[in-house]
Amino acid sequence: MIPHILAAGGGGTNLDAYWSVSFFWVLAVLSVGAALAMIFMRQAVHCALMLAVVMLSLAVMYAMQGAPFLAFVQVIVYTGAVLMLFLFVMMLIGVSSADSLRETIKGQRVWAAIGGVAFMILLIVGIGHASIGSAPTSFSSTGNQANNLTGIAQLIFTTYVYPFEITSALLITAALGAMVLAHRERTEPKLTQRDISRRRVASGQVQPEPPPGVYALHDAVDMPAMLPDGSTTDRSVSRAISQRDPELGRDPQGEVAEDRDAEQRIEAERAIEAAARGETQ
Amino acid sequence: MSPAHYIFLSVVLFAIGGVGVLVRRNAIVIFMCVELMLNACNLAFVAFARMHGNLDGQVVAFFVMVVAAAEVVVGLAILMAIYRARKSASVDDANLLKY
Repeated sequence: MIPHILAAGGGGTNLDAYWSVSFFWVLAVLSVGAALAMIFMRQAVHCALMLAVVMLSLAVMYAMQGAPFLAFVQVIVYTGAVLMLFLFVMMLIGVSSADSLRETIKGQRVWAAIGGVAFMILLIVGIGHASIGSAPTSFSSTGNQANNLTGIAQLIFTTYVYPFEITSALLITAALGAMVLAHRERTEPKLTQRDISRRRVASGQVQPEPPPGVYALHDAVDMPAMLPDGSTTDRSVSRAISQRDPELGRDPQGEVAEDRDAEQRIEAERAIEAAARGETQ
Repeated sequence: MSPAHYIFLSVVLFAIGGVGVLVRRNAIVIFMCVELMLNACNLAFVAFARMHGNLDGQVVAFFVMVVAAAEVVVGLAILMAIYRARKSASVDDANLLKY
């Protein structure tokens, strides 16, 4: 299978017709399906995985089209670096932020779909009128004398040498821009251990938050902890869990009341502690 | 397969990416849809290169990849800066320029 695809590397057309047709249709269905799924998936991480499927199938298509160098660059640069950068930033900022289904502009989705289909039809009809011949049997002119890589290198370093040099300026600018934009100036002094402990004592809760499942009916990470007075506290359940599924983080039998007045109790305790401090001083 | 099939496939992928840019609200997903459009263009370039029998299209696709990598780096850095200021990656929340 793989030797069949890579056999197309040299001329691009010495792939067996049976293999090229079957590979094309499998990959076309796969990539279009993954691209559609990327639009419809709500979670951003799922979208990134679907994009990886599209990119990998495109890489195989490059190999079938006589571009083995681009196929490997596609896998290494796009799927390896760019997509990992996407996932990295997603973990930093928005892994729990699913898209809202609320439409802010009325009829936006319908009109976007209509516009997309119309654009697709326009392009397909336009290209369908052009006469696209079948591929020549081999790459001509500066094409693959030795192999694909040599041909591309010869083009880049002769005909396209100025764009290639300008690319270096672009890359340096991009690296500098990323550093400037992602850098955060520290506007306040760094908290010392003494500051942190002072803040914690002043907050009225010296001990850490109760971990989930403590004294609860079920010892699971999505079960809220039970406080000494018998009520449960939602603060013990990670927000990532309760955001993902509103049913989680709740008592399954509904026997334990919600911890609605936790704030008031904390306020009362703080008042008592303040009064005690005031008396001792 | 004739190059026309690949070009039609790239048209379909490009249109899907465009619809995604218009529909989605999460800025990261919008970026990914832009990447999908760039990839579709690359596929068309490679198909054209094979159609004409020379390697110029492949070189152009290579340059597109380089520019796309630079674009993603800067775009994601801008996204992180916006997220730091607004605590949101949704494009609906960045509307100060609107009024």
